[in-house]
Amino acid sequence: MSKLILKTEGETHVVAVRRFAAPPEAVYRAHTEPALIQKWMLGPDGWTMPVCIADARPGGKIRYEWTNGEGHGFYLTGEFVELTPFSRIVHVERMHMPDPCPDNHVVTTFEPDGRGTLMTMRMTLPDAKTRAAMLSSGMEHGMEASYIRLETMLQ
Amino acid sequence: MRNLDAAFSALADPTRRALLARLARGEATVLELAEPFDMTQPAISRHLKVLEGAGLIVRRVEGTKRPCRLAPAAITEIDQWLGLLRDALAKNYDRLDDVLATMKPKPRKARR
Repeated sequence: MSKLILKTEGETHVVAVRRFAAPPEAVYRAHTEPALIQKWMLGPDGWTMPVCIADARPGGKIRYEWTNGEGHGFYLTGEFVELTPFSRIVHVERMHMPDPCPDNHVVTTFEPDGRGTLMTMRMTLPDAKTRAAMLSSGMEHGMEASYIRLETMLQ
Repeated sequence: MRNLDAAFSALADPTRRALLARLARGEATVLELAEPFDMTQPAISRHLKVLEGAGLIVRRVEGTKRPCRLAPAAITEIDQWLGLLRDALAKNYDRLDDVLATMKPKPRKARR
């Protein structure tokens, strides 16, 4: 029932595909305007993004900081490489845990799809090992969220 | 096929998942692994034993140290755990749906 398609490609890519019921302009803006990014790019329930810098121009800085309000937090830095409003964003990002992880090169495209948008996000990691590292930290968050949901259900 | 039960029960613990995520970034000694956790080295060693038993990490001997690294099989396995990353991303995009539903087109100059 999930509308998200997520798959690995070759040794170093991860590709996410998702449709949205809004035009490319809106989806693009939600990926480039800090006030909008802060509303949705949060991961599991209970996390917020108190710091969101997204200077959407070539060479512009990216910095996202997340916290769960209980002393846990981590952050991501990056740079925009290329922007084509409202169809394509190329950027580089890296997580800090707190040591910086290797760069993740991301190309995100927004194509008109009927009245909505087809978004394709293609991540390229330096090697298979780094991809595993990224997936395992994603796994950690995903699992945490699932456990929390399970706990809520069981109460 | 390796023992999936052992792998999953090894992964049921948040500390072991964090250890695995750390090792996915490179080899580390017990001392290095214990550092970010509020735990004693013996406690970390016990977790590592579980991960080793599940075939998720391998250890080698280097003098008195026994550095750990992710087992090659674990790298493949982690790639199959996309479902869990999918959960996190799916949640983000569900929230984005709500954000998009409240967005109005930017006012155009022609509009009054």
